[in-house]
Amino acid sequence: MSGDGQRSSHWFDDEAGPVVRPYAMTRGRTSHAVQHRLDLIALVVAEPHADDPEADHSLSPEHLTIVELCHDAPQSVAELAAELDLPVGVVRVLVGDLVDEELVHVNRPVPPAELVDESILRDVINGLRAL
Amino acid sequence: MAFGRFERGKPQVEPVTLKILVAGGFGVGKTTCVGAVSEIRPLRTEELLTEAGRPVDDTTGVEQKHTTTVAMDFGRITLREDLVLYLFGTPGQDRFWFLWDELATGALGAVVLVDTRRLEDCFAAVDYFERRSIPFAIGVNCFDGAARHSTEDVRRALDLDTEVPVVLCDARERESVKEVLVAVVRHAMTYAADRERSVTT
Repeated sequence: MSGDGQRSSHWFDDEAGPVVRPYAMTRGRTSHAVQHRLDLIALVVAEPHADDPEADHSLSPEHLTIVELCHDAPQSVAELAAELDLPVGVVRVLVGDLVDEELVHVNRPVPPAELVDESILRDVINGLRAL
Repeated sequence: MAFGRFERGKPQVEPVTLKILVAGGFGVGKTTCVGAVSEIRPLRTEELLTEAGRPVDDTTGVEQKHTTTVAMDFGRITLREDLVLYLFGTPGQDRFWFLWDELATGALGAVVLVDTRRLEDCFAAVDYFERRSIPFAIGVNCFDGAARHSTEDVRRALDLDTEVPVVLCDARERESVKEVLVAVVRHAMTYAADRERSVTT
Protein backbone atom coordinates (compact mmCIF):
# COMPACT_ATOMS: atom_id res chain seq x y z
CA MET A 1 0.00 0.00 0.00
CA SER A 2 2.52 2.59 1.14
CA GLY A 3 5.10 1.60 -1.45
CA ASP A 4 2.72 2.00 -4.38
CA GLY A 5 1.63 5.63 -4.40
CA GLN A 6 0.98 5.53 -8.12
CA ARG A 7 -1.74 2.93 -7.80
CA SER A 8 -3.44 4.36 -4.71
CA SER A 9 -3.87 7.72 -6.44
CA HIS A 10 -5.93 5.97 -9.12
CA TRP A 11 -8.46 4.26 -6.92
CA PHE A 12 -11.19 4.89 -9.47
CA ASP A 13 -11.08 4.41 -13.22
CA ASP A 14 -12.77 6.12 -16.14
CA GLU A 15 -15.86 3.96 -15.83
CA ALA A 16 -16.69 5.67 -12.59
CA GLY A 17 -17.61 8.75 -14.63
CA PRO A 18 -17.31 12.28 -13.32
CA VAL A 19 -17.20 11.53 -9.62
CA VAL A 20 -16.89 15.04 -8.28
CA ARG A 21 -17.59 17.80 -10.73
CA PRO A 22 -21.36 18.45 -10.74
CA TYR A 23 -21.75 18.55 -7.01
CA ALA A 24 -18.61 20.65 -6.66
CA MET A 25 -20.85 23.50 -7.86
CA THR A 26 -23.00 22.98 -4.81
CA ARG A 27 -19.93 22.77 -2.59
CA GLY A 28 -20.74 19.16 -1.95
CA ARG A 29 -24.32 19.67 -0.86
CA THR A 30 -26.84 17.25 -2.30
CA SER A 31 -29.93 18.69 -0.68
CA HIS A 32 -31.33 21.99 0.43
CA ALA A 33 -33.92 23.12 2.95
CA VAL A 34 -36.37 24.26 0.27
CA GLN A 35 -35.74 21.22 -1.90
CA HIS A 36 -38.92 19.41 -0.99
CA ARG A 37 -40.86 22.15 -2.72
CA LEU A 38 -39.05 21.78 -6.01
CA ASP A 39 -41.02 19.63 -8.37
CA LEU A 40 -39.67 19.30 -11.93
CA ILE A 41 -42.44 21.65 -13.08
CA ALA A 42 -42.12 24.07 -10.17
CA LEU A 43 -41.60 27.50 -11.70
CA VAL A 44 -38.64 29.61 -10.70
CA VAL A 45 -39.46 33.32 -10.95
CA ALA A 46 -36.88 36.07 -10.65
CA GLU A 47 -37.63 38.71 -8.06
CA PRO A 48 -38.02 42.14 -9.64
CA HIS A 49 -35.31 43.59 -7.44
CA ALA A 50 -32.82 40.92 -8.51
CA ASP A 51 -31.41 42.93 -11.38
CA ASP A 52 -27.84 42.97 -10.18
CA PRO A 53 -27.10 39.52 -8.79
CA GLU A 54 -23.45 39.87 -9.79
CA ALA A 55 -23.01 42.23 -6.87
CA ASP A 56 -23.30 39.17 -4.65
CA HIS A 57 -19.89 37.59 -4.83
CA SER A 58 -20.98 34.41 -3.10
CA LEU A 59 -22.86 33.37 -6.24
CA SER A 60 -21.36 31.03 -8.81
CA PRO A 61 -21.67 31.53 -12.58
CA GLU A 62 -24.37 28.84 -12.55
CA HIS A 63 -26.39 30.79 -9.98
CA LEU A 64 -26.13 33.89 -12.16
CA THR A 65 -27.21 31.98 -15.26
CA ILE A 66 -30.31 30.74 -13.46
CA VAL A 67 -31.26 34.27 -12.40
CA GLU A 68 -30.65 35.52 -15.93
CA LEU A 69 -32.80 32.80 -17.51
CA CYS A 70 -35.60 33.42 -15.05
CA HIS A 71 -35.52 37.15 -15.73
CA ASP A 72 -36.61 36.55 -19.31
CA ALA A 73 -39.50 34.32 -18.28
CA PRO A 74 -40.27 32.00 -15.37
CA GLN A 75 -38.49 28.67 -15.88
CA SER A 76 -39.39 25.22 -14.65
CA VAL A 77 -36.77 23.28 -12.71
CA ALA A 78 -36.65 20.77 -15.58
CA GLU A 79 -35.99 23.51 -18.14
CA LEU A 80 -33.22 25.01 -16.02
CA ALA A 81 -31.57 21.60 -15.67
CA ALA A 82 -31.71 21.06 -19.43
CA GLU A 83 -30.53 24.58 -20.22
CA LEU A 84 -27.59 24.42 -17.79
CA ASP A 85 -26.90 20.79 -18.68
CA LEU A 86 -26.75 19.92 -15.00
CA PRO A 87 -28.39 17.12 -13.04
CA VAL A 88 -31.76 18.06 -11.55
CA GLY A 89 -30.38 17.45 -8.06
CA VAL A 90 -27.70 20.10 -8.56
CA VAL A 91 -30.19 22.64 -9.91
CA ARG A 92 -32.43 22.11 -6.88
CA VAL A 93 -29.58 23.02 -4.54
CA LEU A 94 -28.62 26.08 -6.59
CA VAL A 95 -32.23 27.31 -6.77
CA GLY A 96 -32.50 26.79 -3.01
CA ASP A 97 -29.52 29.12 -2.54
CA LEU A 98 -31.18 31.75 -4.72
CA VAL A 99 -34.40 31.47 -2.72
CA ASP A 100 -32.38 32.05 0.45
CA GLU A 101 -30.80 35.09 -1.17
CA GLU A 102 -34.28 36.28 -2.17
CA LEU A 103 -33.23 36.58 -5.78
CA VAL A 104 -35.96 34.20 -6.96
CA HIS A 105 -39.11 32.63 -5.63
CA VAL A 106 -40.61 29.29 -6.54
CA ASN A 107 -44.21 28.64 -7.57
CA ARG A 108 -45.36 25.19 -6.65
CA PRO A 109 -47.50 23.38 -9.18
CA VAL A 110 -51.14 22.88 -8.24
CA PRO A 111 -51.62 19.29 -7.06
CA PRO A 112 -54.16 17.52 -9.31
CA ALA A 113 -56.31 16.79 -6.25
CA GLU A 114 -56.92 20.52 -6.05
CA LEU A 115 -57.88 20.72 -9.69
CA VAL A 116 -61.37 19.46 -8.83
CA ASP A 117 -62.39 22.79 -10.19
CA GLU A 118 -62.79 21.24 -13.61
CA SER A 119 -62.48 24.49 -15.50
CA ILE A 120 -58.69 24.18 -15.70
CA LEU A 121 -58.92 20.70 -17.18
CA ARG A 122 -61.52 21.92 -19.63
CA ASP A 123 -59.16 24.74 -20.58
CA VAL A 124 -56.41 22.15 -21.14
CA ILE A 125 -58.64 20.13 -23.47
CA ASN A 126 -59.70 23.22 -25.40
CA GLY A 127 -56.10 24.38 -25.56
CA LEU A 128 -54.93 21.04 -26.92
CA ARG A 129 -57.65 20.97 -29.55
CA ALA A 130 -56.73 24.48 -30.66
CA LEU A 131 -53.05 23.62 -31.19
CA MET B 1 -24.94 40.37 -18.72
CA ALA B 2 -28.18 41.00 -20.52
CA PHE B 3 -30.87 41.65 -17.99
CA GLY B 4 -32.32 44.35 -20.21
CA ARG B 5 -35.31 42.37 -21.43
CA PHE B 6 -36.82 42.36 -18.00
CA GLU B 7 -38.90 45.45 -17.50
CA ARG B 8 -38.74 46.75 -14.02
CA GLY B 9 -42.07 46.99 -12.27
CA LYS B 10 -43.94 44.95 -14.86
CA PRO B 11 -45.14 41.77 -13.17
CA GLN B 12 -44.36 38.61 -15.08
CA VAL B 13 -47.13 36.17 -15.87
CA GLU B 14 -46.64 33.19 -13.58
CA PRO B 15 -48.48 30.39 -15.36
CA VAL B 16 -50.11 27.33 -13.86
CA THR B 17 -47.99 24.31 -14.79
CA LEU B 18 -49.28 20.79 -15.32
CA LYS B 19 -47.58 17.59 -16.35
CA ILE B 20 -48.57 14.46 -18.18
CA LEU B 21 -46.23 11.46 -18.29
CA VAL B 22 -45.55 9.42 -21.38
CA ALA B 23 -44.62 5.90 -20.36
CA GLY B 24 -44.10 2.58 -22.11
CA GLY B 25 -41.41 0.10 -22.97
CA PHE B 26 -37.97 0.77 -24.39
CA GLY B 27 -38.12 2.05 -27.97
CA VAL B 28 -41.91 2.35 -28.13
CA GLY B 29 -41.80 5.99 -29.29
CA LYS B 30 -42.07 8.04 -26.11
CA THR B 31 -39.65 10.75 -27.15
CA THR B 32 -41.15 10.82 -30.67
CA CYS B 33 -44.55 11.30 -29.09
CA VAL B 34 -43.33 14.18 -26.92
CA GLY B 35 -41.60 15.78 -29.90
CA ALA B 36 -44.72 15.57 -32.07
CA VAL B 37 -46.64 18.07 -29.93
CA SER B 38 -43.96 19.99 -28.05
CA GLU B 39 -43.31 23.60 -29.03
CA ILE B 40 -39.68 23.08 -28.15
CA ARG B 41 -37.29 20.40 -29.30
CA PRO B 42 -37.56 17.77 -26.55
CA LEU B 43 -35.12 18.63 -23.81
CA ARG B 44 -33.39 16.17 -21.60
CA THR B 45 -32.89 16.34 -17.88
CA GLU B 46 -30.61 13.86 -16.30
CA GLU B 47 -29.83 12.51 -12.96
CA LEU B 48 -26.37 11.08 -12.40
CA LEU B 49 -26.61 7.49 -13.51
CA THR B 50 -24.16 5.04 -14.90
CA GLU B 51 -25.12 3.25 -18.07
CA ALA B 52 -23.60 -0.08 -17.17
CA GLY B 53 -26.73 -1.88 -18.36
CA ARG B 54 -26.68 -0.53 -21.87
CA PRO B 55 -25.08 -3.48 -23.70
CA VAL B 56 -27.83 -5.86 -22.57
CA ASP B 57 -30.80 -3.80 -23.78
CA ASP B 58 -33.05 -6.08 -25.72
CA THR B 59 -33.92 -4.35 -28.98
CA THR B 60 -35.59 -7.29 -30.69
CA GLY B 61 -38.30 -5.80 -32.87
CA VAL B 62 -37.01 -2.27 -32.46
CA GLU B 63 -33.79 -2.57 -34.43
CA GLN B 64 -34.00 1.05 -35.62
CA LYS B 65 -33.29 2.42 -32.20
CA HIS B 66 -29.64 2.89 -31.28
CA THR B 67 -29.80 5.23 -28.33
CA THR B 68 -31.79 4.89 -25.19
CA THR B 69 -33.57 7.37 -22.99
CA VAL B 70 -31.22 7.58 -20.07
CA ALA B 71 -33.24 10.00 -18.03
CA MET B 72 -36.24 12.17 -18.79
CA ASP B 73 -36.99 13.76 -22.12
CA PHE B 74 -39.59 16.42 -21.89
CA GLY B 75 -41.50 18.89 -23.99
CA ARG B 76 -43.61 21.94 -23.37
CA ILE B 77 -46.97 23.09 -24.70
CA THR B 78 -48.05 26.62 -23.85
CA LEU B 79 -51.82 26.33 -23.95
CA ARG B 80 -52.35 29.89 -22.82
CA GLU B 81 -50.09 32.58 -21.49
CA ASP B 82 -51.04 31.41 -18.00
CA LEU B 83 -51.36 27.66 -18.61
CA VAL B 84 -48.42 25.45 -19.55
CA LEU B 85 -48.45 21.69 -20.01
CA TYR B 86 -45.23 19.68 -19.73
CA LEU B 87 -44.88 16.20 -21.15
CA PHE B 88 -42.32 13.91 -19.56
CA GLY B 89 -41.13 10.74 -21.22
CA THR B 90 -40.40 8.25 -18.47
CA PRO B 91 -37.14 6.32 -18.48
CA GLY B 92 -37.69 3.31 -20.69
CA GLN B 93 -35.86 0.74 -18.66
CA ASP B 94 -36.82 -0.97 -15.48
CA ARG B 95 -33.63 -0.08 -13.71
CA PHE B 96 -34.71 3.58 -13.62
CA TRP B 97 -37.94 2.93 -11.75
CA PHE B 98 -36.77 5.00 -8.83
CA LEU B 99 -37.10 8.10 -11.00
CA TRP B 100 -40.77 7.41 -11.67
CA ASP B 101 -42.07 8.38 -8.24
CA GLU B 102 -40.61 11.82 -8.57
CA LEU B 103 -42.10 12.20 -12.04
CA ALA B 104 -45.49 10.82 -11.09
CA THR B 105 -45.98 13.04 -8.05
CA GLY B 106 -48.46 15.71 -9.01
CA ALA B 107 -48.98 14.40 -12.54
CA LEU B 108 -52.35 15.13 -14.09
CA GLY B 109 -52.29 11.78 -15.84
CA ALA B 110 -50.28 9.53 -18.08
CA VAL B 111 -50.12 8.07 -21.56
CA VAL B 112 -48.95 4.47 -21.75
CA LEU B 113 -47.63 3.87 -25.25
CA VAL B 114 -47.99 0.32 -26.44
CA ASP B 115 -46.32 -1.58 -29.26
CA THR B 116 -48.55 -4.60 -29.95
CA ARG B 117 -45.48 -6.58 -31.05
CA ARG B 118 -44.14 -6.27 -27.52
CA LEU B 119 -47.25 -5.84 -25.47
CA GLU B 120 -45.64 -7.14 -22.29
CA ASP B 121 -43.28 -4.16 -22.24
CA CYS B 122 -46.08 -1.92 -20.99
CA PHE B 123 -47.33 -4.17 -18.19
CA ALA B 124 -45.07 -2.56 -15.63
CA ALA B 125 -46.27 0.95 -16.51
CA VAL B 126 -49.95 -0.06 -16.43
CA ASP B 127 -49.44 -1.68 -13.01
CA TYR B 128 -47.62 1.37 -11.76
CA PHE B 129 -50.38 3.84 -12.65
CA GLU B 130 -53.19 1.53 -11.55
CA ARG B 131 -51.61 1.03 -8.16
CA ARG B 132 -51.09 4.74 -7.61
CA SER B 133 -54.53 5.69 -8.92
CA ILE B 134 -53.06 7.95 -11.59
CA PRO B 135 -55.49 8.29 -14.50
CA PHE B 136 -53.96 7.00 -17.73
CA ALA B 137 -54.88 6.25 -21.32
CA ILE B 138 -53.38 3.61 -23.58
CA GLY B 139 -51.96 4.85 -26.87
CA VAL B 140 -51.48 1.96 -29.27
CA ASN B 141 -48.61 3.15 -31.44
CA CYS B 142 -49.31 1.82 -34.91
CA PHE B 143 -45.82 1.38 -36.31
CA ASP B 144 -45.48 0.87 -40.03
CA GLY B 145 -45.76 -2.83 -40.66
CA ALA B 146 -46.89 -3.67 -37.15
CA ALA B 147 -49.84 -6.00 -37.05
CA ARG B 148 -52.93 -4.02 -36.10
CA HIS B 149 -55.20 -5.11 -33.33
CA SER B 150 -58.54 -3.64 -32.36
CA THR B 151 -58.71 -1.48 -29.26
CA GLU B 152 -60.93 -4.14 -27.71
CA ASP B 153 -58.26 -6.82 -28.23
CA VAL B 154 -55.69 -4.58 -26.57
CA ARG B 155 -58.06 -3.79 -23.71
CA ARG B 156 -58.70 -7.48 -23.13
CA ALA B 157 -55.02 -8.42 -23.41
CA LEU B 158 -54.11 -5.79 -20.82
CA ASP B 159 -57.11 -6.58 -18.61
CA LEU B 160 -58.00 -2.89 -18.38
CA ASP B 161 -60.92 -1.36 -16.54
CA THR B 162 -63.68 -0.38 -18.95
CA GLU B 163 -63.22 3.35 -18.34
CA VAL B 164 -59.54 3.40 -19.34
CA PRO B 165 -59.39 4.96 -22.83
CA VAL B 166 -57.59 2.95 -25.51
CA VAL B 167 -56.65 5.03 -28.56
CA LEU B 168 -54.93 3.93 -31.76
CA CYS B 169 -52.27 6.47 -32.62
CA ASP B 170 -49.19 7.35 -34.57
CA ALA B 171 -46.60 8.83 -32.21
CA ARG B 172 -45.09 10.81 -35.09
CA GLU B 173 -48.31 12.65 -35.90
CA ARG B 174 -49.19 15.79 -34.02
CA GLU B 175 -52.96 15.44 -34.49
CA SER B 176 -52.84 11.83 -33.38
CA VAL B 177 -50.87 12.59 -30.22
CA LYS B 178 -53.19 15.51 -29.43
CA GLU B 179 -56.09 13.08 -29.50
CA VAL B 180 -54.39 10.76 -27.02
CA LEU B 181 -53.63 13.67 -24.69
CA VAL B 182 -57.22 14.88 -24.84
CA ALA B 183 -58.32 11.33 -23.94
CA VAL B 184 -56.05 11.39 -20.88
CA VAL B 185 -57.34 14.76 -19.67
CA ARG B 186 -60.99 13.80 -20.23
CA HIS B 187 -60.36 10.61 -18.30
CA ALA B 188 -58.68 12.60 -15.51
CA MET B 189 -61.78 14.81 -15.36
CA THR B 190 -64.24 11.95 -14.90
CA TYR B 191 -61.79 10.28 -12.57
CA ALA B 192 -61.69 13.36 -10.34
CA ALA B 193 -65.47 13.71 -10.49
CA ASP B 194 -65.95 10.05 -9.51
CA ARG B 195 -63.57 10.39 -6.61
CA GLU B 196 -65.38 13.52 -5.47
CA ARG B 197 -68.67 11.67 -5.57
CA SER B 198 -67.36 8.69 -3.62
CA VAL B 199 -66.04 11.05 -0.95
CA THR B 200 -69.28 12.99 -0.56
CA THR B 201 -71.66 10.02 -0.60
